[in-house]
Amino acid sequence: MENIGALAILLAFCFAVYAIFASVTGKLARRPFLILSAERAVYSIWILLTVASGLLIYSLINGDFRMAYVALHSNHSMPAIYKFTAWWGGQEGSLTLWAWLLSTYSAVVVFQNRRRYREMMPYVTAVLMGTLTLFLFLIAFIASPFQVIQLGKGIVDVGDGQVLNPLLQYWTMVIHPPMLYLGYVGFTVPFAFAMGSLITKQPGDAWIHTTRRWTLVTWLFQTTGILLGAGWAYSVLGWGGYWGWDPVENASLLPWITATAFLHSVMMQEKKGMMKIWNVVLISTTFFLCIFGTLMTRAGFVQSVHAFAQSSIGNYFVVFLAVGIAGTLYLILVRLDYLKSEAQLESVLSRESSFLFNNLILLAGCFAVLWGTLFPVISEALTGEKISVDAPFFNRVTIPIGLFLMLLTGVGPLIAWRRSSFESLQKAFKWPTLIGVGLAAGLFAAGVHHFYALVSFALCMFVVVTVLMEFYKGAMAIHAKDGTNLLAAMFELTHRNTRRYGGYIVHIGIVLMFIGFTGKAFDKDITTEVPVGSSLELGRYQLHINGLTSTQNENYVSQALDVTLFKDGNNLGTFHPERRVYIVSKQPTSEVSIRRRVNEDFYMNFAGMSTDGTKPVIQAYVFPLVSCIWMGYWVVLFGTLTCMIPSKTRLVWPKTAIVGIAGKHAQVKN
Amino acid sequence: MKNYLKFGLLIAAILGSLAWLAVGGIGDTKTYYKTVAELNQLGPQGAEKRLRVAGDIAPNSIIRAGKDVKFTLAQDHLNLVVVYNGTEPLPDTFKDGAQAVADGKLGSDGVFHATKIQAKCASKYEAKPTMEKSGTALVHSS
Repeated sequence: MENIGALAILLAFCFAVYAIFASVTGKLARRPFLILSAERAVYSIWILLTVASGLLIYSLINGDFRMAYVALHSNHSMPAIYKFTAWWGGQEGSLTLWAWLLSTYSAVVVFQNRRRYREMMPYVTAVLMGTLTLFLFLIAFIASPFQVIQLGKGIVDVGDGQVLNPLLQYWTMVIHPPMLYLGYVGFTVPFAFAMGSLITKQPGDAWIHTTRRWTLVTWLFQTTGILLGAGWAYSVLGWGGYWGWDPVENASLLPWITATAFLHSVMMQEKKGMMKIWNVVLISTTFFLCIFGTLMTRAGFVQSVHAFAQSSIGNYFVVFLAVGIAGTLYLILVRLDYLKSEAQLESVLSRESSFLFNNLILLAGCFAVLWGTLFPVISEALTGEKISVDAPFFNRVTIPIGLFLMLLTGVGPLIAWRRSSFESLQKAFKWPTLIGVGLAAGLFAAGVHHFYALVSFALCMFVVVTVLMEFYKGAMAIHAKDGTNLLAAMFELTHRNTRRYGGYIVHIGIVLMFIGFTGKAFDKDITTEVPVGSSLELGRYQLHINGLTSTQNENYVSQALDVTLFKDGNNLGTFHPERRVYIVSKQPTSEVSIRRRVNEDFYMNFAGMSTDGTKPVIQAYVFPLVSCIWMGYWVVLFGTLTCMIPSKTRLVWPKTAIVGIAGKHAQVKN
Repeated sequence: MKNYLKFGLLIAAILGSLAWLAVGGIGDTKTYYKTVAELNQLGPQGAEKRLRVAGDIAPNSIIRAGKDVKFTLAQDHLNLVVVYNGTEPLPDTFKDGAQAVADGKLGSDGVFHATKIQAKCASKYEAKPTMEKSGTALVHSS
């Protein structure tokens, strides 16, 4: 069995290398049969990897404990779902998942586009297969998931394996890694198209149109993955936070930021023919940051609480990154002439300029996070002393960046293309500004004196009002023309231009998340020993400890508190924060109790017993507005899905005259 | 040209203020990685710096007293007494024998006052092999 699996991976590796050469040679030497055979190699790789992954999953579920991977990541007593998820529980398995996902994407891309883009598809295939080769090389030769445990010359069956860490036995952890991977892997596709388009000197923006949905879907997966991780940290780790600026978290955030910048700046290219170099650079950066993220999580590059295995595979990633980045840079420089902008920036007060600043700010944020993450490495290289920067650094830099982005989110969509006058801006922004400032003043009067929080709330309100005005104005226009009611008119409006109005919905979701983040400024907490029978107080809440029960089952020993929560004297019910110690792994876990409400969460953690063993130590927190983050996610999801629905009317934008050498080759298709 | 000047100035202003924030942020929050041995030689100027020490939590050394948690961090046969009194709860992985990283300042009494503790259990996300495969032989390392 393990032989078939290993053979399938080895064959897939050979096919991937073959596909690179066959498609490129086929293109250069004009041999269609070679290109066709490369396409078939892509499909075959998918079949081979599906077989390999299937075998791995089969071994995990049936407990084939002769295999090292199975023995290290699953055991008999685990529920079947966690046996399945052990597929990506360890290094070898996650690399296999990466490879399988990429091969799936590649097969779909090749199947969909093989006729439509005969020119560049061979190169697209080559880039996809080039990336896949890295992963197949790793699982074929360096970190094989089908390694068996050997003793002398015999194969040993160790009988039972290790338990999956109880902290990871939680539903979000089941889907969090594959979601992130779907995001990481997905950016290979737009990158491959960008490269294919550059190599074949494609005029126009075919690669952007083709990959727009890919990019959106991928971005959505990544957003989902990041938020699932945050949600898991919040409700499982007993730490009360959702984001700790840990290197591994940052690694997932970095490509998300550049991808967000890309999603915005492609609009400049599609509508105005500007920022062409920039877009290629952005999508390449996103792709390489995805590889870099995999490197960080998989190779223990920077010290992290996530404590993944230290391993030697990092070097291969570094080589891949170096070669890839050098190749991409060379290609961009050689093709600069084909990336000439078709229009110029005319005014600081224009939509173009707002996109420019949006990108600038996002990239600055990305750079700051990258810098902070790599600071220990950089400082050690420069001064010989290892210095780290922590959450305060990241907060200090990213809060102003976030607020500025929020401002642009409000300003950008309302400002005119090309140039805008102060008068028109005054007209457009009068109400949003007044309402936003009014809210801040009201909150100030109500006793909120936190500077950043006030600015944040004012800006959030500002954005919400601008978006509502957009919907209202558009809907009124349809209402006046067709006489439909306002709600139907809004629906019609969104359907006519799903990208624009879907985008607005996404903005509202992001606003909600920002409101949630801002709530952090008002957290309250208390850690104290409370004897059974007495109470603790936190703000308007009162927590009464009724009793302590100890139980034990075959899996863990548990101590649970029985507490009643009161707010202003009203009984809010009883809760059971619990502390478990898993017997096999001796791993303690906290089962926190959270009373979730839209305005604030009350979070109770049973931290353990005091050393004399008589008094429970309770940590209680009030987290205002946290729920807004999770609600914001659903809105972002809805908005992004809206963007993917084809618009009812096809939009034609006036294109400005095409200048430079690109003009000779360009065919403007509307 | 005037436009480019305007853009240039705006961009410079934005990047400048961000850089200023970043430099200030690094200055305020930078933490030096030190080993326990280096701590002992640090002398008086060490008291000002934020330090980060890593080590293993000595077995049976964790004592909870109210908000404070006291424990001993061992590294290369050297011990360091750490007192933690931060607001964040200690991670679930914080237990006897686990690897821990403490951030804080060194008091003049030689006790390390930590404001943040990170603990990583080697088996948290990636099970550490208890069986090391050296060549083809199976060796039990623990």
